Amino acid sequence: MSPSGNNPLPRAGRALPRAGSALPWALVTPALGWTLLFFVLPFIAMGFSSLTAHEGGGFTLSNYSQFFTNPSYWQAMVNSLEVTAIVTVISVLLAYPFAWILAEQVPERWQRLALMLAVLPFWTSYVVRSYSWLLVLAQNGVINRALTGSGLISEPLQLANTRFATVTGFVHFFVMLLTLTIFANLKQLSPSYRKAAADLGAGPVRTFLHVVLPLTLPGIMVGAFLTFVLCIGDYITPQILGGNNELLMPQLVMMQIGRRGDFPLASALSIILMGVVTIAYLACARWLKIERA
Amino acid sequence: MSAKSASRNPLSILKSHLHAACAATALLLGAGSAAQAADLNALIWCDHADPALLQPFEEANGVKVNVKEFEGTGAGLAIVEQSQPGDWDVMVIDSIDVPRGVEKGLFEPLPEDKLPLADLFPQVKMDGSTVVGGKRYGITEKFGYNTIGYNKTKVDPADMQSMAALTGDKYKGKVAIYDYYLPVIGMAALAIGKKTAELTEADLPALKDELLKMKANAKLVGEVTASQTALATGEVDILVGGGEWVTAGLAKENPALDFSIPKEGAVLWSQSLAMFKDSKNKDMALKFIQYIMSPEGQARLATSSCYWGMPANTKAALTDDQKKVLRFDEQPGFLARAQAYPAPSADLDKKMQDMWTEMLQAK
Repeated sequence: MSPSGNNPLPRAGRALPRAGSALPWALVTPALGWTLLFFVLPFIAMGFSSLTAHEGGGFTLSNYSQFFTNPSYWQAMVNSLEVTAIVTVISVLLAYPFAWILAEQVPERWQRLALMLAVLPFWTSYVVRSYSWLLVLAQNGVINRALTGSGLISEPLQLANTRFATVTGFVHFFVMLLTLTIFANLKQLSPSYRKAAADLGAGPVRTFLHVVLPLTLPGIMVGAFLTFVLCIGDYITPQILGGNNELLMPQLVMMQIGRRGDFPLASALSIILMGVVTIAYLACARWLKIERA
Repeated sequence: MSAKSASRNPLSILKSHLHAACAATALLLGAGSAAQAADLNALIWCDHADPALLQPFEEANGVKVNVKEFEGTGAGLAIVEQSQPGDWDVMVIDSIDVPRGVEKGLFEPLPEDKLPLADLFPQVKMDGSTVVGGKRYGITEKFGYNTIGYNKTKVDPADMQSMAALTGDKYKGKVAIYDYYLPVIGMAALAIGKKTAELTEADLPALKDELLKMKANAKLVGEVTASQTALATGEVDILVGGGEWVTAGLAKENPALDFSIPKEGAVLWSQSLAMFKDSKNKDMALKFIQYIMSPEGQARLATSSCYWGMPANTKAALTDDQKKVLRFDEQPGFLARAQAYPAPSADLDKKMQDMWTEMLQAK
């Protein structure tokens, strides 16, 4: 007899009638079909392409070996990781207090409006937003004019076409994304936790560090992971704001396609990039409790 | 590897099945909006998307021209390979890359007797590239120079007569580099006294040194829009690789922008039109090519809203003002000093692109 043999109620999984089991599959089939058609099949095609020689076809591993033997290619990965790490850390540091103020300090009836205003830049085209930053950071842009006009500097600073510009463009976007995930997490947090901590003698700082922060960690990690994934794969922002003064991985991938049409090498570089994202996922999977975020 | 042996390769078999599956899917998805057989489907650069260029042809011939823009020959040829035979009728392509399309068996020979070849500037006919095996597969429609674009109110125009200005200290931090490796490598070759048509692997170290010197002076390396914007907004005063394609279109708004052909010379760029062998509408495709090559079509193409450039046809119906902006009358002198785009072998091309990558990564 099974352990549940004495339980008068059937176990949910077994109790469902067979006819009902078709419904979940029917509901999930469009999403599965979509994923199969637009992710799995292209990914398999990309995998095979990455193992094909550009000139003459045939099996080769040279597309992968080039990445490890060409310092410029390797440098692109280092640049991507550095930029992504900087963007993720800065975005979290800016988004958390912002989300906290929205969730805790703004009156409930204004929160929806405040949140909408906070994510307003999302409504602008990504490309337009990047070009707008270029105008702000340019030699004759708003910042340099303000600084030179106020006498703080005599010569304009080089802000545009630098890594600083790329990071600024990214942070502007990802702070909004992180604010949303952290805000949602903070709103789910029952006030009872803080009351209990206060009852036990913890001050505000201790309550935050030992109660609120650990409980909102899933929201931070989900947002940080999304930031990492979207940032490391982004082509537009570094292309517009970075001035090509250093190459990031997506730019290196695009370079292979333009004139030479070297799709095998572009595929190999893309798969390596996906490998890095997978490693990042595995590294923070412990904290990635998406259902709580 | 021959086509036959390629077809026996398991990877190629799988790839062809995947391509077929993708093509079938695309066909299914696109069935609702597929172009009509009577339409003309053109793979183009952005200058051909200007309604002012297309509308007169569409109205005169009762045809809709469906255009798809692409950047870079590799990307363009990839679109063709992923399409069904007959999907495309005409293509705009770098003149030096016409043989790539011919090698792939994509292009139809053009009837020379029905094209105004005698009216073209002789130096831009580029028969070395546009004629393959005695047959003409491309006709040059537009050309110009990758040279030095500059703001004449910010720099001394006399300095712009030598490429030494690009690597000297005087304009450090005031320079942008056009982000396309072939023409700028061509300019580096001219700067060190090499002929663009004779570049070999042995020249790469010297070319790299020259590129690194340019990069050390540059504020940015930008594609078309970025480099044009940088020059127009005053972010930089000099554009390496710039030319009439940058300055002419902005002449009204910013007459201070100009270009020079320095004493070392300049790199001649040219774009051609080709017809697809599998086109289902070859008569209309030829009419389109004839229209683009006509004096009226040439004037509209030369002054397209995307970018201006010299018309290949000497009889282009340009106004005097337009000719002045394009420096039409100075062309014989410019052409005499210009050298062709580098046209490296596939192997050297790869090495040049890697060298360019190294230059971009240099701090």
